[in-house]
Amino acid sequence: MKECIAMLLAGGQGSRLYALTQNIAKPAVPYGGKYRIIDFPLSNCINSGIDTVGVLTQYQPLELNDYIGDGRPWDLDRMGGGVHVLPPYQKQKGSDWYLGTANAIYQNINFIERYNPEYVLILSGDHIYKMDYSIMLEQHKRTEAACTIAVLEVPIDEASRFGIMNVNEDGSVYEFEEKPKVPKSNLASMGIYIFTWKKLREYLERESRRPETSHDFGKDVIPAMLNAGERMFTYRFDGYWKDVGTIDSLWEANMDLINPKVPFDLWEPHWKIYSRNPIKPPHYVDEKGVVQNSIVTEGCRIMGSIDFSVLFDSVTVEEGAVVTDSIIMPGAVIKSGAVVQYAIVAQDAVVENGVTIGERPENVEDKDKWGIAVIAPGATIGKNAVIKAKAMVYGDVKEGEVVC
Amino acid sequence: MLTNRALGIIFANMHDNMVGEMTEIRSMASLPYGGRYRLIDFYLSSLVNAGVTKVGVIAKHNYQSLLDHLGSGRSWDLARKRAGLSIFPPYSTSQEGAYHGRIQALNNISRYIKLSSEKYVILMDCDHVCNLDFSDILNRHAESGADVTIVTRDVIPDEDMEKNLVTVRSDADGRVREMLLNRYEEGCSVSMDIFVLAKDKLTELVDNAVCRMQTMFERDILMTNLDTLNIRTYQFEGFVRRVYSTKSYYGANMALLDPKNMDALFPEDRPVYTKVRDQAPVRYGIDAKVKNSLIADGCVILGEVENCLLFRGVTIGKDCKVKNSIIMQDTIISERSELNYVITDKDVVINPDRSLMGHENYPLYIKKFSNI
Repeated sequence: MKECIAMLLAGGQGSRLYALTQNIAKPAVPYGGKYRIIDFPLSNCINSGIDTVGVLTQYQPLELNDYIGDGRPWDLDRMGGGVHVLPPYQKQKGSDWYLGTANAIYQNINFIERYNPEYVLILSGDHIYKMDYSIMLEQHKRTEAACTIAVLEVPIDEASRFGIMNVNEDGSVYEFEEKPKVPKSNLASMGIYIFTWKKLREYLERESRRPETSHDFGKDVIPAMLNAGERMFTYRFDGYWKDVGTIDSLWEANMDLINPKVPFDLWEPHWKIYSRNPIKPPHYVDEKGVVQNSIVTEGCRIMGSIDFSVLFDSVTVEEGAVVTDSIIMPGAVIKSGAVVQYAIVAQDAVVENGVTIGERPENVEDKDKWGIAVIAPGATIGKNAVIKAKAMVYGDVKEGEVVC
Repeated sequence: MLTNRALGIIFANMHDNMVGEMTEIRSMASLPYGGRYRLIDFYLSSLVNAGVTKVGVIAKHNYQSLLDHLGSGRSWDLARKRAGLSIFPPYSTSQEGAYHGRIQALNNISRYIKLSSEKYVILMDCDHVCNLDFSDILNRHAESGADVTIVTRDVIPDEDMEKNLVTVRSDADGRVREMLLNRYEEGCSVSMDIFVLAKDKLTELVDNAVCRMQTMFERDILMTNLDTLNIRTYQFEGFVRRVYSTKSYYGANMALLDPKNMDALFPEDRPVYTKVRDQAPVRYGIDAKVKNSLIADGCVILGEVENCLLFRGVTIGKDCKVKNSIIMQDTIISERSELNYVITDKDVVINPDRSLMGHENYPLYIKKFSNI
């Protein structure tokens, strides 16, 4: 019996990350030099004292399953509990894919019941943040809520991009509006919920029988509970939180680590983010290498010049190559004379001599044409090729080719 | 495949006295090296990469850091149900104290050795930095028909003679005919303190030596039996450095600033494993200047670093100048300090505006937890 277990929704395709999620699920996308997005909710769980996590997978689960493994890197290899990967499965009568976030939990009621928890924490694998769920759980217990929803204050002019919670003075929710045109408040749902399990179970079963449902927490379960008059509270979070569902936001979230003005620090010892560490020697900067304002991970070799960039493990930057304002994922090679700027070069990509990737915003006249250039995992960019700003490169590019 | 048929035995404390300052608080095996490793990592990784799954580590004293480092052996994939890592703290019976010499140490764990199903035993100390291919060594041992194979290197020791150095001279057949302590003559090769022999042969030799009250493996078993034992050498050609003094320790680390040596010590197919510390990557600040340096994860660099090795979690403050130095784990070097030819042990704090300088031949060593 566990007081609280976590269910992590990791089945999303992350279609707005395009080339980066062709073969991997979004939670497995690399972030911050040596992490994957899923390291954040998993580390938050263990740091908050939650030692049982079900990870619901569906889209391209191979790499994610491999990465989670037995949960050892997060100290989640437990005799009772630990991390469990839960893909959709065949039942005696038919089988279903996970039809939505709520349905994914519904299909795993048996898993949850094994632990007989009082509370269930619902998480997603899309966000970068550090949060102590145990404080949220305390509030949930204190307010005797059926559901507590973590919220973040967002600038009011951006509020119409989020699911907005309208609350009474005591923090109880009276209304939930998904992407309202005229928002009444600026409290955005972070997609983090704590439910009293008995209540959630009741609503999941009810929802499964409703024909017109979309099986979604935000669209169906939360409104249904509100309509029924359940006790629903918001939990205010004021730390760093970033959705990394798009190329721009993924790039920004990485750059936030370099920006001293952004209060998000991976170097704090009391709230470590754990990951499956690369088995690599320290990184090496040679006589000619120049590195400033950047993050560099073990196994890298830097002979070129790096500024305002995040380098994952085992990246090689040859002499004369210049990397600025970019993210270079594990094992990528930037050969001499190449210039990479405002770009994401995914894992094991090879950028040949003299290639230019991305453009500085000040050098692009039509601002709509500017954006982060992306090179897919494993792609080879032939000599002297030019990859324009905002280009999405899914595979190899021939020598001298220009890609817009 | 022969490799899963060998048992590895590591002597963690052999040669401790040679690097006095640094091994006052730790064993030779747990001496930090190369930015994120301990010397024992290279031996454990070499064994594991050759398919060896049973390793015994014999400790004698100062083994707290070693036990902490090894844990269950998980980092080397040696936390197993079958075989795996066994650590032997000093074993003493009511009659006698802790062991003296290799022979007694082996005798103390004779049951562990005898009950092992492995055919061969590899004995090794932790005084070298190298990445060995034990599959090849075992194959060659089996093919050559040797009773004992000594792994050797072909380096002429430098003028300030290495201590505890055993040299061997072989005849035209490749059989060892002479072994000498602390004397190097032309045509000799130098022992790397790694020995391969069949388990049954080892137990027989140890039993025979114990009843004659003999204690030293090289002197009492090898040197005295050169005529009856077929002793051969395996010449190791890769990157190797022996650590036998502060100066050689410094040199062995600095050698890694040559990428050729890095490639040789860390080949793709034989990775070196170590205890995971879950450190964030390295953060470089706006005025960071780093040249020819090796930097482990968790460092924060705001100043200038040249020809250095930075271990995990080191902080280099603003306007610092750190050159030709080895900075161990979690050391903090505060603003405007200048260091040249310095080795700081773990958790040292250098306050602002300090200036410390050693010499290439005599690097300045600063003890663990010092506050300067």
